[in-house]
Amino acid sequence: MSQNNSQSDTIQNPRVTWEGCSVLLDINDGDRLVFARLSAGSTLKIGNKTYSLQPLIGCPFGSLFQVENGDQGHCLARFVPSIEGNNIQEKGDFESQDEIKDNRALVDNNKAQSLTGEEINAMRSQGATGDEIVEALIANSATFEKKTLFSQEKYRLKKQKKYAPKVLLRRPFARSICEAYFKKYPARIGFLRVDALSLLLSMANVSANSDVLVVDMVGGLLTGAVAERLGGTGYVCSTYLGSTPYSIDIVRIFNLSNEICKRIVRSPLTDLSLSQNGTSEQIHQQGDEINQQGDEINMECLSNNQMSSSVGMEEISPTENDTSDVISETTVSPVNRTGKSTKAGNKASKQAIDLWKENGFSSLIIAAPELDLWSLLKDLLPLLANSAPFAIYHQYLQPLATCMHNLQLGKMAIGLQISEPWLREYQVLPSRTHPCMQMSAFGGYILSGIKICSSS
Amino acid sequence: MASVLSLLRPRNNTFTCSCYCNRFYKFKILRMLPIDPTKKISFTRHICDGDLVVVYERHDNMKAIKVCQGSVLQNRFGVFKHSDWIGKPFGSKVFSNKNGFVYLLAPTPELWTLVLSHRTQILYIADISFVIMYLEIVPGCMVLESGTGSGSLTTSLARAVAPTGHVYTFDFHEQRAASAREDFEKTGLSSLVTVGVRDIQGEGFPDEFSGLADSVFLDLPQPWLAIPSAGKMLKPDGVLCSFSPCIEQVQRACDSLRSNFTDIKTFEILLRTYEVREVKMDCSQGDEAKPGSILPRKRPQRTIEGGNEQDKLSSQTVMARPCSEAKGHTGYLTFARLKCLS
Repeated sequence: MSQNNSQSDTIQNPRVTWEGCSVLLDINDGDRLVFARLSAGSTLKIGNKTYSLQPLIGCPFGSLFQVENGDQGHCLARFVPSIEGNNIQEKGDFESQDEIKDNRALVDNNKAQSLTGEEINAMRSQGATGDEIVEALIANSATFEKKTLFSQEKYRLKKQKKYAPKVLLRRPFARSICEAYFKKYPARIGFLRVDALSLLLSMANVSANSDVLVVDMVGGLLTGAVAERLGGTGYVCSTYLGSTPYSIDIVRIFNLSNEICKRIVRSPLTDLSLSQNGTSEQIHQQGDEINQQGDEINMECLSNNQMSSSVGMEEISPTENDTSDVISETTVSPVNRTGKSTKAGNKASKQAIDLWKENGFSSLIIAAPELDLWSLLKDLLPLLANSAPFAIYHQYLQPLATCMHNLQLGKMAIGLQISEPWLREYQVLPSRTHPCMQMSAFGGYILSGIKICSSS
Repeated sequence: MASVLSLLRPRNNTFTCSCYCNRFYKFKILRMLPIDPTKKISFTRHICDGDLVVVYERHDNMKAIKVCQGSVLQNRFGVFKHSDWIGKPFGSKVFSNKNGFVYLLAPTPELWTLVLSHRTQILYIADISFVIMYLEIVPGCMVLESGTGSGSLTTSLARAVAPTGHVYTFDFHEQRAASAREDFEKTGLSSLVTVGVRDIQGEGFPDEFSGLADSVFLDLPQPWLAIPSAGKMLKPDGVLCSFSPCIEQVQRACDSLRSNFTDIKTFEILLRTYEVREVKMDCSQGDEAKPGSILPRKRPQRTIEGGNEQDKLSSQTVMARPCSEAKGHTGYLTFARLKCLS
């Protein structure tokens, strides 16, 4: 499998970056997350300096880069971390036998460090590396030796982050995209946490050759994640009420191949409905109301984008009309914006729609914080094939409870369950293992079930 | 009478029914995954002889059954003839001789996890779905797994890699490996899953897979013994997951991960379920309220026109509350990426 010509048409899972690909830059171990598109002209700002992203093109995902002061000025250079043994563990055992250090004598009065800011800058201009500066800081710290080993490690890491920042090149995948958004702009994805997203995909039995119907009002994260799992077969049809499709810009961050992009289609609910007359009127009414809300959401997205480019989360998210480029910090060279890649989200073909009317969709996923769930569900369930599973995500419990109750009364589904996922991360370090201090308290609720045949 | 959980041996796309009726069928059998696009569920697809169905009695009472022309299903609701099922759409309600009923559902990996026979402790949907997401498994991936156990996770892994990827799963227990193989035949996953008998802790993964695995999953008592081998199998930046019930196992595993792996994270995931009920709330006011009554007043009073009487109103509200019972712990999930050293 050649990994050099990575125009990802045939390669499902390219592991090396290419010109024009979308990447997630992880600066200092998750402290800062930036989506970017690699090109000769794209840049990244760290601290008060701007670095070109060109050195990142052609490198494997997972590569680490550090800031270097070379002949041509500052740049990002790839470096390979050494395979280090577990030094702390060995030293730690040794220490506990000899002396127990604690912090009773340490006073936090800002006077421990004798190296001044000017001296640091001088070192920098003389070409000292970040690591050398960190060592100098440690050497000039009056309290360093008095700290416990763990404390020393923490101190060293903190200084490294500031003076020797590291950039990790990550693949944008459903997991990393969801986590990044959840951390920085959770409202844009309706507070859909990564475990809730993974549950939606499993509960709805998303797999190759499926035809998945989604109502995606979480920016396209759901649509992209489903398309990733389809892998270029089947379809994910993103439907909407009224005549304006909901924004699915996040799909662009996914690095989906042309084959996969072709499988992402959109269709207004009116086109998909089996009955042509009566219900379509109601749908239109609700749709028009939603349209106004939808426009507000789109506007919000735009203004958020404008904010985001100064806050540090630069995103490649051009508007539907593809006119204005909302990125200011990351200069993406316009040359790269070729229409080479198939645009995801084309209108579904009549053939496909007819096929779905004949066979039904194999599953349904709804993530629509703004819509009235029950009336939406009533319209969508008839489009599902018999025995097809569905999963509905919502931030609030009551609408799901109402839906579940109505489904039970109407005998429209079985296996109904409302679940709330609970996720906790642990810090696992020698002698320092405990759940993380910070935790996400809430990731949403999910109503899942299986449509039954309302037969005679 | 014929066993309801029958195993069919495919030969050149013809199937023998094992209920001694000696028929050979050339059918498009519905298996778990729509690997062949013509075999997926749809409005037009009906239950055929030889299909695997999930019989749903209650949300906590289901079983997987192979439909066979001459067979019956007997349970507390009565006797159900399979022949009544053939030709009906999936998701249908079917009746017994005593007018009891069950539903017939198309199998999915989620339903399979709930109906499969437990030879070992299995993983459930919360852990399974998170693992698939975090291991970044998409169609075309190659995944290594050990131990296979009862094949609960394996089924979902197969779904995730279909149709062009593959899962190589290993268990050191010969009998369990054989049972797993049978299950994958039953559910139509044999083209996607290869079960091997091997002691991964002792021998590591086979050398022939070196550098080819996109993801590795370990559910072993001493995963640190298998981690070096896993590191050789993975592509750079590939993801490993180790599932361990005990924190001490997690600590030792993380220690052994630190040299060659990065991005090490450990999680716990649980599902809290809710029950929904329509509750009648009594809205009586003032003097008529019973002392010590805890009925909340939800709606404002409506007086009858022209009358002085206060109506004793009641309203129906749908309310939800968490279920009292929940799983407290399944295991810790530790994920890590192989360092990129080239």
